[in-house]
Amino acid sequence: MSQKILLSAKEINIILHRLACQLLENHLDFSNTVLIGIQPRGTFLAERLRQILSEKYKVKDVKMGFLDITFYRDDFRRGEKILEANSTKINFLVEDKNVVFIDDVLYTGRSIRSALTAVQSFGRPKQIELLTLIDRRFSRHLPIQPNYRGRQVDAINNEKVRVMWKENDGEDAVYLVEKV
Amino acid sequence: MSELSVNHLLGIKYLKKKDIDLIFETADHFKEVINRSIKKVPTLRDITIANIFFENSTRTKLSFELAEKRLSADVINFSASQSSVKKGETLIDTVNNILSMKVDMVVMRHPNPGAGIFLSKNVKAAIVNAGDGAHEHPTQALLDSYSIRERLGDVGGKKVVIVGDILHSRVALSNIFALQLQGAEVKVCGPKTLIPKYIESLGVTVETNLEKALQWCDVANMLRIQNERLDISYFPSTREYTQQFGLNKAMLKRLDKEIVVMHPGPINRGVEITSDVADSGQSIILDQVENGVAVRMAVIYLLASKIK
Repeated sequence: MSQKILLSAKEINIILHRLACQLLENHLDFSNTVLIGIQPRGTFLAERLRQILSEKYKVKDVKMGFLDITFYRDDFRRGEKILEANSTKINFLVEDKNVVFIDDVLYTGRSIRSALTAVQSFGRPKQIELLTLIDRRFSRHLPIQPNYRGRQVDAINNEKVRVMWKENDGEDAVYLVEKV
Repeated sequence: MSELSVNHLLGIKYLKKKDIDLIFETADHFKEVINRSIKKVPTLRDITIANIFFENSTRTKLSFELAEKRLSADVINFSASQSSVKKGETLIDTVNNILSMKVDMVVMRHPNPGAGIFLSKNVKAAIVNAGDGAHEHPTQALLDSYSIRERLGDVGGKKVVIVGDILHSRVALSNIFALQLQGAEVKVCGPKTLIPKYIESLGVTVETNLEKALQWCDVANMLRIQNERLDISYFPSTREYTQQFGLNKAMLKRLDKEIVVMHPGPINRGVEITSDVADSGQSIILDQVENGVAVRMAVIYLLASKIK
């Protein structure tokens, strides 16, 4: 299994600040905006962005939730793997809110399709945007595109993009891993 | 990735500790789902489930049906009282007829012990035992343990006394298996006539004095006196049973600790438990009912994911 580095810790840091600024540009004080990290791995990115917004740009009390999409996926019983759930933590209604979905990698778009269905359980949002650290171009199965993207990547199907976070994996880095 | 070690839920006897852990973790997620404003998820939209009840049931049937619908499964209901079973059809024929309508899972209650096991060997569908005679009632035991875990943090190391008619109770047997598997200590308490002769071989202790049993335990699970199953007189009168084995407020007050009170329902108020106990803060009877839906959703979800 060979891997090459796509983004280093320094690059990730710069991109996170840019993404935070782009969010700020569109949502200003975040009074009617909620960030929703997609479980399992979008939650780290969401947490980081909230941290930057609060520490660097003094936007306090940004509402944030984590959404698990397991029970909304379209591949139940279709793959080899058993789908394992994570917890959903959304303690507010999204009714009439500007929702920003946050995930680490956008690949086929199916997770986001599931998230669009799942979030309806919490109300009817005013609008939904998508923020993703890595956008894998040319691999979409559905007409879904990000509003904010960290880096666009061309990867072929037998390659996997692996995003590592310091708090979970010991380092901030993005790797392109070749599957054997 | 973790999955259940079994393809059917026939009894707690066939489960491992890690199966119970997985069911509880999954049930935690479903408990969050059923407390949302929209309580439904689309996971099982291509699964059809038949609820086949050869014996009366209100809450178990409702709970299963609700769990199935919350998961978006298609549900058909069948009660033996209004069916061809009365015309002499065999169990396998009845079920195979239902399965030929492309049903993936069968939830069955049957008066004969072992009916679920028999069915699982003879038909092609995932079977969930919703009570087979005086044998097992696995989902009830799972929701009981889940409720204890929710209230006390853990089941392991806890002392649980099961009070009442142990002889005719599938709830008692499944609970004994489930509690022991999770490392709890189990005692049974009731009139000697209603305690099976060799119950101690299961590793439980027997106590015929309710006060002593309560003094010992962290949790008391009060079973219903099942008048419909008592074919002969096992105790002189209901009044005498209540005096010896009925739980009342004064008794709880005499204890030097606060125990948790459970009841699988339906309650005979004033017989095995008084109203002031059943409705008190120590009772988790209604939590058991709520958790029943989440636990059954977890069981159905995990079994459905193994259907090929």
